[in-house]
Amino acid sequence: MSILVDKDTRVLCQGITGNAGHFHTKHCLEYGTKIVGGVTPGKGGSEVEGVPVFDTVCEAVEKTGADATMIFVPPAFTADAILEAADAGIRTVVAITEGVPVLDMVRVADVLARSSSRLIGPNCPGVITPEACKIGIMPGYIHKSGPIGVISRSGTLTYEAVWQLTSLGLGQSTCVGLGGDPIVGSSFIDLLELFENDPATEGVLMMGEIGGTAEEEAAAYISQHFSKPVAAFIAGRTAPPGKRMGHAGAIISGGKGTAADKVAALEAAGIVVAESPADMGAAMQRAMGRQ
Amino acid sequence: MKIHEYQAKKIFQDFGVEVPRGIVADTPQSAANAYSELGGSVAVVKAQIHAGGRGKGTIKEHPDQHGVELVRSTQETADVAGRLLGHTLVTVQTGPEGQVVRRVLVEEGCDIARELYLGIVVDRAAARPVLMASSQGGMDIEKVAAETPHLIFHKAFDPSVGLMPYQARKLAQKLELAGTSVRAADRFMRALCRVFVDNDCSLVEINPLVVTGGGELLALDAKMNFDDNALFRHGEFAALRDLSEEEPAEVRAGEEGLSYVKLDGNIGCLVNGAGLAMSTMDLIKLHGGEPANFLDVGGGANVHQVTEAFRILLADGNVKAVLVNIFGGIMRCTTIAEAILAAYKSVGFNVPLVVRLEGTEVQEGRRILAESGVNIIGAEGLTDAAKKVVAAATA
Repeated sequence: MSILVDKDTRVLCQGITGNAGHFHTKHCLEYGTKIVGGVTPGKGGSEVEGVPVFDTVCEAVEKTGADATMIFVPPAFTADAILEAADAGIRTVVAITEGVPVLDMVRVADVLARSSSRLIGPNCPGVITPEACKIGIMPGYIHKSGPIGVISRSGTLTYEAVWQLTSLGLGQSTCVGLGGDPIVGSSFIDLLELFENDPATEGVLMMGEIGGTAEEEAAAYISQHFSKPVAAFIAGRTAPPGKRMGHAGAIISGGKGTAADKVAALEAAGIVVAESPADMGAAMQRAMGRQ
Repeated sequence: MKIHEYQAKKIFQDFGVEVPRGIVADTPQSAANAYSELGGSVAVVKAQIHAGGRGKGTIKEHPDQHGVELVRSTQETADVAGRLLGHTLVTVQTGPEGQVVRRVLVEEGCDIARELYLGIVVDRAAARPVLMASSQGGMDIEKVAAETPHLIFHKAFDPSVGLMPYQARKLAQKLELAGTSVRAADRFMRALCRVFVDNDCSLVEINPLVVTGGGELLALDAKMNFDDNALFRHGEFAALRDLSEEEPAEVRAGEEGLSYVKLDGNIGCLVNGAGLAMSTMDLIKLHGGEPANFLDVGGGANVHQVTEAFRILLADGNVKAVLVNIFGGIMRCTTIAEAILAAYKSVGFNVPLVVRLEGTEVQEGRRILAESGVNIIGAEGLTDAAKKVVAAATA
């Protein structure tokens, strides 16, 4: 078992004829993901890596039975691509694109609230259920199937954490990159709910960062509703206020979003917080041992 | 992206948000002319820098001169402008190094009955823009939020619909506005929300918002930041950018597609990915060092970008050692190893270099570095890397 995606998930790639879309379609296929179609307006009828390309998501869904999509279209067209996927009834929409205007995401979030689609991202590495389905840009080989759910706001930091888990013999049920933007489709809480109900997941490792209050909200949720062991790491303890640390969402503003506040909230909820990024896997191990 | 007060006020006017009459000047003479042209008995001279706290801030060369000053004659206007222009204003937000004043805004004085606060940001949790209002205008709003949060009122709005009149009326009531001021506030607030949405802002702030003796509302100050991700649909904003307000190394990095933030320490870091880059700074600090920067070379950096990254890092005279921390995912460790060697050839390293590679093609990448003969300190894992670079920087 896993959350969001498994070996039977049928995946589209929106923007499959672009450089990134093509490159990652190839790697996802090599990992064993069932990429059943691609979408690029005006390129319908062609093929990429042996995958048929369609003009619209709706047509692609009709012809392939796809129930998930990964989006690589440029930032100016990402809102449109997400809503097109939702309109076509795609269940899991994964937006990899970085640089989407925040007001576009305000409008997208509003429409998605009335749809049954779940959006992961944008500006995220994607979703992977190890040894079954990889939707995104993460290196597949560092993952290993197992009992730990992983949720993160960043990309390479997640690879680091997954690598530490795998090296310690702790495999992963599903790993999800939420995305580094101020407004993203899914929150820590959304994913925690899914992991709580997934019998294959025995513990969760979450990586947060400065900016916003998503980690504090997750901490409150965990103390009330989450029964499995949780470990966490917060990036940006040394970041100065008012400076954007790469991610549009990683900024301490108005005295809110500091690492200290987040660590305090997580610890108060009984979560094992790794002090060093070198210690994320070990923190998960400690959390599992507490049970 | 940040812009100046006088630029923000121009945009405000275009959207029907009322501001005092004002004229920008870049010499004492043109400031004096502006005073005459405004024609009143009182005017205000305001230093134009991006940082806030100008009223309380002082000029380095003239410690008695504040960044905002009331003037009552052409001579006084020229004197104040002369002490501001070309001099360095230090405020709580500029840091001790301050910022050189290149322009002043000369504005007519106004009849202030009350000072309020208005601000708009995107509320992440609600996934909507939110208009914030407070009766505590002129104060440090972060302090108000921390100490008296009940004095700040919020109204989230749908950007496609805009702020509705009833929402403005509710806020006006909270601000204890009455009579003609209620209608003025309705117009003012809704226009301000249009400013925010139509210009893809990340922040719009008026502190203070003035209620005049006649019950009208005026934006005495104006702060406006744009969403960097939306600049592609606002080509007109390029002309508003003031590069002299930005850190030169950060501008150069931006042109190369690198994300760089200068800090005060002495250990340079070069990392792929924002989360890992932040974590690397934390790691250095945890082991007793001080990071000199945040630098994310991104997921698909090429040899040219990595070379430029080294150039920027090593140009910082404070840097005593550099840590390269790469978790190769899509980026192969061999690419990074070759880029390091290319950078070594074209830039030359004058400080110790600690390299920690992990991920795709790691063995091959390590071998390339080991066989190059270049003096590189290899590291196994994050902790080892941090210890080695801190030791190298303090040696």
